[in-house]
Amino acid sequence: MKKNKSNLKEPFVRIVKRDSIKIHKVILIYAFAIIGGLLFSGLISMMFSEKGLGDFFGSLFAGAIGSERKFWLLLQDTALLLGTSMALLPAFKMKFWNLGGNGQILVGCLAAIACMFYLGGKIADSLLILIMLLASILAGAVWAAIPAFFKAKFNTNESLFTLMMNYIAQGLVSLCITIWVKSGSGVLAPISHGNIPEIGNKYLLPIIMFFIIAALMHVYLRSSKHGYEISVVGESVNTAKYVGIKVDKVIVRTMILSGAIAGLVGFVLAGSINHTISTASANNMGFTGIMTTWLAAFNPLMIILTSFFITFISKGMVEVRKTFMFTNDSISNIVVGIVYFAVIICSFFINYRLVFRKKEKEEVKK
Amino acid sequence: MKKILALLLVAIMLFSVVSCGKTENPDAPASDEKVNVKAALICLHGDSSTYDKNFIDAFKQACANKGLTADDYTIVTDIPEGTACYDQAADLAESYDLIFADSFGHEPYMIQAAKENPEVEFCHATGTKAHTEKLANFHNAFASIYEGRFLAGVAAGMKLVELHGDSEGKVSDENAKIGYVGAFPYAEVISGYTSFYLGVKSVVENATMEVRYTNSWYDEAAEKTTALALIDNGCKLISQHADSWGAPTACEERNIPNVSYNGSTVEKCPNTFIIASRINWTPYFEYIIDCVREDKAIDTDWTGTLATGSVEITALGTAAAEGTQEKLDEVKKGLADGTIKVFDCATFTVNGEVLTSFVADVDDAGDYVPETEVVETANGITFVNESAKRSAPYFNIIIDGITAITE
Repeated sequence: MKKNKSNLKEPFVRIVKRDSIKIHKVILIYAFAIIGGLLFSGLISMMFSEKGLGDFFGSLFAGAIGSERKFWLLLQDTALLLGTSMALLPAFKMKFWNLGGNGQILVGCLAAIACMFYLGGKIADSLLILIMLLASILAGAVWAAIPAFFKAKFNTNESLFTLMMNYIAQGLVSLCITIWVKSGSGVLAPISHGNIPEIGNKYLLPIIMFFIIAALMHVYLRSSKHGYEISVVGESVNTAKYVGIKVDKVIVRTMILSGAIAGLVGFVLAGSINHTISTASANNMGFTGIMTTWLAAFNPLMIILTSFFITFISKGMVEVRKTFMFTNDSISNIVVGIVYFAVIICSFFINYRLVFRKKEKEEVKK
Repeated sequence: MKKILALLLVAIMLFSVVSCGKTENPDAPASDEKVNVKAALICLHGDSSTYDKNFIDAFKQACANKGLTADDYTIVTDIPEGTACYDQAADLAESYDLIFADSFGHEPYMIQAAKENPEVEFCHATGTKAHTEKLANFHNAFASIYEGRFLAGVAAGMKLVELHGDSEGKVSDENAKIGYVGAFPYAEVISGYTSFYLGVKSVVENATMEVRYTNSWYDEAAEKTTALALIDNGCKLISQHADSWGAPTACEERNIPNVSYNGSTVEKCPNTFIIASRINWTPYFEYIIDCVREDKAIDTDWTGTLATGSVEITALGTAAAEGTQEKLDEVKKGLADGTIKVFDCATFTVNGEVLTSFVADVDDAGDYVPETEVVETANGITFVNESAKRSAPYFNIIIDGITAITE
């Protein structure tokens, strides 16, 4: 059958792995994805409303940076998401899939609130805040160390284990609220003790705190012995063992660090932002943080950008929903989902390129 | 490079679509000749929650009735009960005259925003603090929904008699057991299920009720499993105070009659839906819009009633017993003229004794210490006067015949 070689059909399009890609191409691909995703989302929003695309983009920006308060809130929430991503990052570098960010934040928050509830007014606020800080870090660290211990000793599946720990944390919060709130309303009123004093304005503390942590994490992962051990364990456990790294120790140590940072996020939520707690206090950042970390390819400095982008979109979408009067949660979830999806697809085009079939056969022969 | 060029072209084409789309929308506001009220609604969830949907629909209705256009009002959904509520309220205060929040936990943040924006009116449903905070621009509102629950209970009792009653209309103890899925062991829920139970009891004297809590206002899975557990435990009819479709769908699956809340569930549950009671917030929204427009003070604590149209019962489902409508009309008349009181102390006992005094925690100072006597006598009836000292319910006694299991 193979009389003529040219009869062999070359597929219309082939996928080829890229050897390297220039940075301007990466930026171009991301820019296209973001603009394309937003345009598509805008068009979908138009289908459900009488408003136009101009309103969509106008509200998107107004929601994120429309006023001084909104701008500060954007930075504050970026910082919180950055903090959460920094908690997940060392574990992910080690290929330890920590899906328990929510739970670790929540127990950190709960530990701080418990201190505020039981010790508030009985000891000086400065001392109370110090105890809260230690309690939060400890709680987060313990919550992360438990699955790490079982992973290290019995090789249990860490994804499921950390995921389940989220539900236990939620249950604990629910239980504490039931005990603390005697009217049975299930809503804990804000506690006026142990509130972290403002520095500059009330948004600045988490911003400074988590940007510093991001910088430290960058140094820790790149330049410290611990950071090196983490990346070796992530690449190959056997290699790590061969070169004499105690894998069990690295796993538990790294997860304690991971949990401690998540606990710190909880501390800020309790002491500086909400002064109360509910089962939804972590605001799903433990999961959103997975996306920011992956999108940034585990680069702490890139995570600053991805955290900012995702916070920008979600803040903007709140305003879009307001303008377009979307009272249904599903429509806005679709819209946000499309933008995220477009950006995630990007990483495919950064790693691979499409090669189309050439038209002129002569050209091929050459 | 060709590919990049092509992509650029596509992008340009898309942008031209954008600009076309924009010019096709000539809905620019003409002029500001009419100064109108600008009103905003803050909701805990979106309209997938029956609780929030009830507010959203009423708000849109009231705005339409009062001539507010889409530019004059806005609805913000999914605002958690935390500082996010304050941020949102403070933000809205910059461009709206009237801001309403629909969830209990929003209250401290609404108060915070109210203090900082004295020229804007802040209203809050189910809250308890307006009468003690004494701010001129912060107001609570609720409705005497216990009357609606009582009526729904009467309809439920009629159904029990139809299903399980003997020739004299008596129901055996075993068949007189009903179940209730509650959110939290909180006065609003306890007052609700007690009035429902008393409604059933007014028809089926030996009725008993088992209450289980989900400890969440919105948890579809938990509400469903709790309803199923109650059915498995021998409950012949289910009602609920929680905001999802969990309990009604569980009842439809097991073919157990259901009395709903916040709105009719007849569409998804045609075989088991009896009746639902709901608070219609439209009258209150209209009232506050009028107050702002005419520059009048809004009541610190506003309690809607059957008379204001705030307490409603829906049309009966096809599953309802025969003669229910006539009976309901009769009871409704009695409630309106005061000859029937829901919490009539002659109709129930607490630990085997008649209630003669009940001191309730009306002033919510955070200490949970009750301070206000709420048992009163009128028209020769001694009763607990619910929602009179403040709009949010305060009846939180577990009366005989009800077993509440805290999970």
